[in-house]
Amino acid sequence: MCLAIPGKIVELAPDMPHLGVVEVSGVRRRVDLGLLQDDMPRPGDWVLVHVGFAMSKISEQEAAEQMRMLRMLGEDAAAMDEIRGYSE
Amino acid sequence: MAHGAGGKATRRLIDGLFVPLLFDQPPEHLGDAAHVAMDGTRVALTTDCFVVTPLAFPGGSIGELAVNGTMNDLAVSGARATALVATFVLEAGLPAAVLEAEVRAMGRAAVAAGVRVVGGDTKVVEHGKLDRLYITTSGIGSVLPGVTLAPGAVRPGDKVLLSGPIGDHGITILLARGELDLEASLRSDTRSVFPLVEAIVSAAAPALRWMRDPTRGGVATALNELALDCGLGIHLFEDRIPVRDEVRGACELLGLDPLHIANEGQFLAVVAAEYANRALDALRAAPGGAEAALIGEIREEPAATVLGTTPYGGTRVIDMLVGDPLPRIC
Amino acid sequence: MTMRFVDEFRDPAVITRTCEEIRRLADPARHYRIMEVCGGHTHAIYRFGLKDLLPPNLELIHGPGCPVCVLPMGRIDDGLLLAQDPDVIFTAFGDMMRVPGTQGSPLEHKAKGVDVRIVYSPTDALKLARANPTKRVLFFAIGFETTAPSTALTLMRAKAEGIRNFSVFCNHVTIIPAIRAILDSPDMRLDAFIGPGHVSTVIGCRPYEWIARDEHRPIVIAGFEPLDLLQSVVMLLRQLKDGRAAVENQYTRVVPWEGNRAALRAMAEVFELRPYFEWRGLGFISQSALRIREEYAAWDTEKVFQVPGVRVTDPKAAQCGEVLKGVLRPVQCKLFGRECTPERPVGALMVSSEGSCAAYYNYEHRKATSPRRIEAPV
Repeated sequence: MCLAIPGKIVELAPDMPHLGVVEVSGVRRRVDLGLLQDDMPRPGDWVLVHVGFAMSKISEQEAAEQMRMLRMLGEDAAAMDEIRGYSE
Repeated sequence: MAHGAGGKATRRLIDGLFVPLLFDQPPEHLGDAAHVAMDGTRVALTTDCFVVTPLAFPGGSIGELAVNGTMNDLAVSGARATALVATFVLEAGLPAAVLEAEVRAMGRAAVAAGVRVVGGDTKVVEHGKLDRLYITTSGIGSVLPGVTLAPGAVRPGDKVLLSGPIGDHGITILLARGELDLEASLRSDTRSVFPLVEAIVSAAAPALRWMRDPTRGGVATALNELALDCGLGIHLFEDRIPVRDEVRGACELLGLDPLHIANEGQFLAVVAAEYANRALDALRAAPGGAEAALIGEIREEPAATVLGTTPYGGTRVIDMLVGDPLPRIC
Repeated sequence: MTMRFVDEFRDPAVITRTCEEIRRLADPARHYRIMEVCGGHTHAIYRFGLKDLLPPNLELIHGPGCPVCVLPMGRIDDGLLLAQDPDVIFTAFGDMMRVPGTQGSPLEHKAKGVDVRIVYSPTDALKLARANPTKRVLFFAIGFETTAPSTALTLMRAKAEGIRNFSVFCNHVTIIPAIRAILDSPDMRLDAFIGPGHVSTVIGCRPYEWIARDEHRPIVIAGFEPLDLLQSVVMLLRQLKDGRAAVENQYTRVVPWEGNRAALRAMAEVFELRPYFEWRGLGFISQSALRIREEYAAWDTEKVFQVPGVRVTDPKAAQCGEVLKGVLRPVQCKLFGRECTPERPVGALMVSSEGSCAAYYNYEHRKATSPRRIEAPV
């Protein structure tokens, strides 16, 4: 139900609009793009692949934002500790 | 069918059936090759059977596997191969060109490995009775001086070394079968590991405790067998295990663990801590050993268990396979 | 080469800091019980050793989101009975291959000469049908809403191409009724949920709103990397600390709040809800499973073939139901590790690698220091 892997679209089949080739760490697999027909991915886009279908486009922006928030966690905490230190 | 996959079922078959019926006394431990005393010297003896499909694949073919596989069984028992014999069992109707190609491949592999093929046999069975071609090879060799290997010699604090990246062979075969529609530029890693074994023996013979080539069942199975035999815990540093990108990509896509995938050109060695760096340097300096790595260490606990550890402190038990590794979607 | 969108979320330094935040947020006076619904999350938790990183008063309970685990044995028997016909090619995902029916597993049947093949995608099964016009290809479909759209689209392609020797044996189930069954269970005490990340790429986040609104439990839709799961725990702890209960999306790089409309359309075109369906361990649940619509009857195994409709009751001793609902931990089932092991599974929770019992057995239960040191010869 859950094994889905990020892959990069490297090719679209010119004669079959719903098929593309996705690359995961150098491994290529044909992938059905039919579930993304409302917003078709293009070569260079990253998609989530599950049972040979692209399920969703991966938002690089959201990924970067998430990592930024995660990295801030520690910094917030360090800042809090420092402030606490002043009042002790 | 699970009994041939190299994991738990194979071990039960061996321990439960073959050992009690065939061995006059239980062997100290079941290694890849037997060392037999003969006329005042110790001779290493091994046999193996090769049944791969497809017969030829990127990086090699059944003929090469047959030679290298037997070389490697002797090598990891601490022996230099002297001679091989081979039996070909053919399905009637196998094209002569296919057979010739495999015989040539065997010849080339033997020359590359520096071993002589001194005899063999051929049998033909009815069409449909076997899958094209099976090869059994038996090898004989001389035990390298100064080498005594046994699981019982392994001690807490010893280090686990690996000769190179894992998973190449098994994934190559899986992709070559064509059922999963995956493409990658991967090749089988089939080769004789004897030059690397020789290098580690030269550098660390007195401290070398145990060696094994992780074929069917992968590194996980080989190390689980060691853990069971010596009763100690084996801690693997998962981020230090060398895996090629494409092997990793294929495994992530299919839900497989590289630690369970067969290798045909690698080996594991357990070395006392004081010699570990020396041994690793010797491997890396030898041709084909550049990617060798120190991947783990032996500890008291958890007993008889292989544990994977991550850089952030998570741990998981790494078990033997039950049957063949299967792709999953969940 | 790092794997993009994977390795960043396994950054050890960030993981360590996130765990520190978890320890800061967790109230030592409370015992937290958080359920991860999805079997893929169960697998990830064990594979990455995440339990080692959580404070002892934070317990992760494994939920029923394992489509192999909840599949009644009778359905496997049905499928394999049809597979005995030499004209039939039985196809299924690898996950199904070792699941035992009463007459053995698909892999055991394959060893006896039945034409059983592993496929990675339903489109691979369709490809087999195209390549073998004299055979009838049966695709044994399992999975929640993550997988159902792919089956749906494959059926649409089969119909469009007029491929007549292909049919789907549909065992797709839906996640919301499973969560309802958990919350309705009188033995359950749960504080919060880690929501299924990949199911949600299809159904979006709205379907979970009743959990927060009516049941007052926070739910965070989570990704599958260590940092995804740990960040989700942080988000849940913050809600619990503030006394809030809301649906939050942690997996924003992949999960759209509104879900995937094209996928939902495909499902609606091909499937309809069964009035009820039996879930192994949970009993009959209404409106919880999909069947193929009349318009696609020619591709519905249950219409094309005579399906026996075998019903198999689980051995009474197997406590799969309670483990599925999170009432019991795997070790607490009387058969765990004794009569029931991954090699000889009695219940399906031990067969699927994401089933809580198998995951626990394979990854965890030998970690405890054991006095089993074998005396080796010196």
